[in-house]
Amino acid sequence: MTNTLHRYSEHYAFDGRPASPEPIKDDYIVFAMASRGLNDENLVDKYRRFLRLALKHNPVNIGDASKGGMLRPRTDMNPTAHWRRDHAPDPEQVIAGIEGHTTVAAVFDNYGAMKAFVEELKRANLGISINISAPMEDARLCCQEAGITRHSVEYSIGFRGRVDKLPDGTTLELSTMCGHGMVSANFARKMTEWVKENRRTPGEAARYMARFCICGVFNTNRAERIIQQACNLKR
Amino acid sequence: MRIDRDKCVACGNCLPVCPVGAIRIDPDIGRAVVNEDECVECFACFRGMSKEHLNPVMVRTIRRIARLFRFRFDPEPDICPTDAIVPQELAWPRSVRRAFSDPQVPHESTGIHGRGTAEVKTNDVTNRVKEGEAGYVVEFGRPGVGARFRDIQRVTTALADCGVEFEQNNPVTSLMTDPSRGLIRDDILNEKILSAIVEIKTRLEQVPTILKKIRDLAQEVNTVISVGVSTRCDAAGNDALREILEREGYPMYRGKTNLGLGRVTRASAEASVEGRA
Repeated sequence: MTNTLHRYSEHYAFDGRPASPEPIKDDYIVFAMASRGLNDENLVDKYRRFLRLALKHNPVNIGDASKGGMLRPRTDMNPTAHWRRDHAPDPEQVIAGIEGHTTVAAVFDNYGAMKAFVEELKRANLGISINISAPMEDARLCCQEAGITRHSVEYSIGFRGRVDKLPDGTTLELSTMCGHGMVSANFARKMTEWVKENRRTPGEAARYMARFCICGVFNTNRAERIIQQACNLKR
Repeated sequence: MRIDRDKCVACGNCLPVCPVGAIRIDPDIGRAVVNEDECVECFACFRGMSKEHLNPVMVRTIRRIARLFRFRFDPEPDICPTDAIVPQELAWPRSVRRAFSDPQVPHESTGIHGRGTAEVKTNDVTNRVKEGEAGYVVEFGRPGVGARFRDIQRVTTALADCGVEFEQNNPVTSLMTDPSRGLIRDDILNEKILSAIVEIKTRLEQVPTILKKIRDLAQEVNTVISVGVSTRCDAAGNDALREILEREGYPMYRGKTNLGLGRVTRASAEASVEGRA
């Protein structure tokens, strides 16, 4: 799940970084992971319970790192999809598909939902490791308000080396929402261009990208917001 | 990965979805082709694209007529209309590409999907990184650039010279012929992968030195490196790492927080974990 560690924002920008970048207020991930042989009895039930609890707090996405998220590609498309495609997310498919060891995650677009979910997880006492992947200060505050003592922390300290090979900031913000790299920069750029050309809406563009993210941590609401801002549709 | 020439209709949908840009339309044959040297076998094209199973001859005919009248069909951008993307049987050493690029393939060395590491995500159960220690995840090729093991070895050998110890339960370490010198097996050095994580652990006071070393080494490789640093918090939930990173001027806006809600629940495993704590 290092895949959620380096979600790019202006806070990691290289040259020309704004002095005080806007805080990210719509991207909070909570994920669960068991340790082999240590706390993995009844694992499928524990993971399913985690996801069921998440659904009570309206997550943007939920995912199973070995199967995918609420939006997935299909192998049985027919030509009518080009005009009438079903874009409805399917959380039940995620829950039903859990078979064993994996990482399960829930993505929220607001602090309140994440905090309420974390409080519920504390009460549920599943016994598996729970992590928040988010701005560190928000995670610290969430723990404080939920009466949880942080066990360990891991900081993303950004990118080094041939950063000249990286795409522009907007594209990077979109593509790094799948840290496994399954949402390609070229595809993210193409989707942004399509919205600019009025060929697709920001929501449709976000959903196309989400289908490539194999662990379901792509935040479609944040993606919509990023595309809207890039296309000057919303300030 | 390869594109079936009999099925491909050169719609171009697969070109932008390739994370490393290894697919192009060959104008001589009018079909999409994969640059095998650049392809990292991540399966993003094969698995990520939805599939129709249309007749290629019919699709080519329709496209030809549309082109004649300069009509532009506006298809869904994530569909392969003729199911033309075909995975290949991968032999060693090429199979290592998929192991490090396709998140759905669990690593043999760790049994974990993705990049095959647990870092501090399960630290509340495993006690891998203890108070006063720092764990590092140095990821090569991310985001979306890819890396060759030759570049990774350049860094691992230099880190080994500093006396660091590589995490044993890590896919890259499992491919080292001599972990004490950071040497990776010769037959995979030219293989390109989407990303790979090198994990090391030091005392907290060594963080500035190690991070400076990584920053310097990053200038010598032909890829990007993403770096994460972790530690265990004290009994009050505070961490000493933040102050160090702040002093050294590293960004630390985002990260992961292990809530400490995990525990050993299998009675048979308790003794072994207590021994590590």
